[in-house]
Amino acid sequence: MEAPILEMKSITKEFPGVKALDNVTFSVRKGEVHCLVGENGAGKSTLMKVLSGVHPYGTYTGEIFVEGELQKFNNIRDSEHAGIAIIYQELALIPELSVYENIFLGNEVTSGLVIDSNESISQAIDILKKVGLDVNPLTKIKSLGVGKQQLVEIAKALKKQVRILILDEPTAALNETDSDNLLQLIRGLKEQGVTCILISHKLREVMEIADTITVLRDGKTVTTLDVVEDKVNEPVLIKHMVGRSIDNIFPKREKINIGEEVLRLEDWSAFSYALGRDILKNVNISVHAGEIVGIAGLMGSGRTELAKSIFGNPDHYRLSGRVFINGQEQKFHSPHDAIKASLAYVTEDRKGNGLILIDDVKHNISLANLQEITSGGVINENEEILVANKYRSELNIKTPSIQQKVRNLSGGNQQKVSLGKWLFVKPGIMILDEPTRGIDVGAKYEIYTIMNSLVEQGMSIIMISSELPEVLGMSDRVYVMSAGKIKGEMPIKEASQESIMALAVDY
Amino acid sequence: MEDLKQKPSEVNLSKSLLDIMKSNISDYFMFIALIVIMIFFTVTTDGVFISSRNISNLINQMGYIAVLAVGMTLIIVIRHIDLSVGYLAGFLGAFAAIAMSFWGWPIYAVIPAVMIMGILAGMLTATPVAKLGVPAFVSTMAAGLIFRGALLLVTMGTGTIVIKDPVFNAIGNGFIPDLPLGGLLPGRHKLTLVIGLIGIILSIYSAIKGRRTKLSYNFQVPSFGLFIAQLVLISGLIGYISWILSGYNGISWSLVILLLVVAVFQFITTKTPLGRHIYAVGGNPEAAELSGISVAKITYIVFAAMGLLSSLSGIMYASRLRSATTTAGLGFETDAIAAAFVGGVSAAGGVGTITGSIIGALVMMSLTSGMNLMNIDISVQYIVRGAVLVLAVIFDRITRRKK
Repeated sequence: MEAPILEMKSITKEFPGVKALDNVTFSVRKGEVHCLVGENGAGKSTLMKVLSGVHPYGTYTGEIFVEGELQKFNNIRDSEHAGIAIIYQELALIPELSVYENIFLGNEVTSGLVIDSNESISQAIDILKKVGLDVNPLTKIKSLGVGKQQLVEIAKALKKQVRILILDEPTAALNETDSDNLLQLIRGLKEQGVTCILISHKLREVMEIADTITVLRDGKTVTTLDVVEDKVNEPVLIKHMVGRSIDNIFPKREKINIGEEVLRLEDWSAFSYALGRDILKNVNISVHAGEIVGIAGLMGSGRTELAKSIFGNPDHYRLSGRVFINGQEQKFHSPHDAIKASLAYVTEDRKGNGLILIDDVKHNISLANLQEITSGGVINENEEILVANKYRSELNIKTPSIQQKVRNLSGGNQQKVSLGKWLFVKPGIMILDEPTRGIDVGAKYEIYTIMNSLVEQGMSIIMISSELPEVLGMSDRVYVMSAGKIKGEMPIKEASQESIMALAVDY
Repeated sequence: MEDLKQKPSEVNLSKSLLDIMKSNISDYFMFIALIVIMIFFTVTTDGVFISSRNISNLINQMGYIAVLAVGMTLIIVIRHIDLSVGYLAGFLGAFAAIAMSFWGWPIYAVIPAVMIMGILAGMLTATPVAKLGVPAFVSTMAAGLIFRGALLLVTMGTGTIVIKDPVFNAIGNGFIPDLPLGGLLPGRHKLTLVIGLIGIILSIYSAIKGRRTKLSYNFQVPSFGLFIAQLVLISGLIGYISWILSGYNGISWSLVILLLVVAVFQFITTKTPLGRHIYAVGGNPEAAELSGISVAKITYIVFAAMGLLSSLSGIMYASRLRSATTTAGLGFETDAIAAAFVGGVSAAGGVGTITGSIIGALVMMSLTSGMNLMNIDISVQYIVRGAVLVLAVIFDRITRRKK
């Protein structure tokens, strides 16, 4: 067998509190298309960031060899120098610059001190031909669609004499025609001798294009399969992706008492002006009192968008369809309206849009329900202390004091502050978006226990989660989303990791 | 899990008080810096700086900037800036002058009218910011140009407009009347001393009441010794300031307005839901919106407050000069922004207090006054004030990064 063009040996990368990569070995043959698959958080992106120098040499352990040579990348420039180019899902193009200016950004063709635009344009035309993109190189990037922008990114990589091209979920935002074109282009590049590493959740396209597939799970290499020799098919891949035993880390609920329907969505669709496409398509769901409803799906499947669109639509999507709360049709114009109708939304991104990090624990807990502790227009700060202390002890928030700034707390305790804030609103329906992401096992168990006691008291919880064991361990019922649609609904007894994942990767 | 459980039935406030003092060192630092600056100028001017007459003048000179600094603090807290306030103040001052001198409006109609115009102007400036996300820098700069044009337009025919209304002119130049107690304490303004005394009694009363309430909640309070020390410090400060002011003409009307503005805004920002919402929007607008707070509404309210304070500033300035001039308001916004930053406001949003900005305004005005007394050339004065501004912000940056 031919010597590998790339070998990553025993790569271990730790973030504070998390082992993102644990002794990963990854080997790519010259000229092949190598797909990297795995659940969210399996370590695919981290591995590629190690490879491209985003995580520089010294911040990980292990060795990287390109064509047998040991590499120590300190930054992206170093890895580019070695012929490695990475194209992220979020494209790194400058919208206000033209196609050719973007292609040569950082590598401008100059004569003397001046950019030689004629030479650049003529070179750009050649490169654009190679990627099969028929646009005027003077066109501004912002006037191109996502599919064409992607091709410009690839053209930019080719300009840098790339040997190994890494594509991180390139087709996630593309429609079918654009996806097909892109896959065709990858095949073409392969013929020209460019090695491609492709990260993708779309197993069908993985099967279509890959020569070799490596599966990662929980930061470890599970297996590397040769598509032809090992007779790989989708069910086999799914099994490798999710084949984790469900440990007994989920507290049992004492009594399950499911009541009346409290929330129903009918033909709920949303269009995002920012993205210029539909993000939710004819979603129908129903939630009952005393029930935990899981919403599974991969990142980008529209789960968070669903939550926000229900919760007063702060991102101003164009909505259609109907939402019923306790049998009454509702039209929320802002999160304020949704809160008044007894909804609460604990966000996925605690730091980004959940908490005021520069403020302290007590102010964060009281923020969404200040009127409760206000009399005569004045906040009763003593009552506020009582409230904060109540949630601090009920939720076991570990903090030196409630005067502590939230940014100094650990992830798990921040999440509990977030929970406390929304419990103080005394909601009937709570949407928890990735409630245990990035927090340790002990804190996870505590949060599960809190969730159980809440639904036992009659609250309804909608739990959005990427962690299949969590979905299976906590929910009564699960909806699976993909590409903005509900792909299936199952009582939890009938669901398995495999059956959920099969729906989640169904585009 | 059980062993990890804490039972925080009592709040250890004295311990957290220490934490708070440590974490807010930048606030205390500016206060200490102010005292150092004042002592420095008192020494270099042989005591002229701290004389009753100079302190009284200093306060009257800073009044119209300080009220702007109060509003600017809130604007910067919600991550915006307002460059229009100088010319808005100038224009509204001129409008007041015209209304009184040419149209013969009575003062009790002019002042409310000008204040309402200020609020409307602020809301107008805020509209592109709140509704369309236009950067406040651009929107308020445009508004500033428009107000400047409006000021030139209304003063075009006449140039400087002299104001003759004695009541209006007293706002920037007058002092509160004295008690008719001829023989007692000659050379002292008795009413000022009485007000100082009332201030001391009120602050002691509210401190004791606050402590009692805390005790009734079973919260821990600072030790009795520390509590008394705090009371003595605050009483001493109020007493000393009143004593100095009483040695000249007593409390000026400018100071009365400034104190009212500070009291109202301090109350709103620290005690009311509106205040909390303002800091929440500044700290994390997305989280605030998702907590049911309308960021657009808060933006309107803060800019409207800024407009209102601009109208007060315009009135105080026109009154102080007893006239409206074509250049009124020039550079006010820069001074207000500088005062806010020296006072510890963070451009990143969510941080900054009313009292801090007043201390910032006092620092900047003390520098001007002190250097004037020392006959330092204006060129050097600008350089010194610029250096102090940047050093204050650098210091603030460093202490915040450490945390």
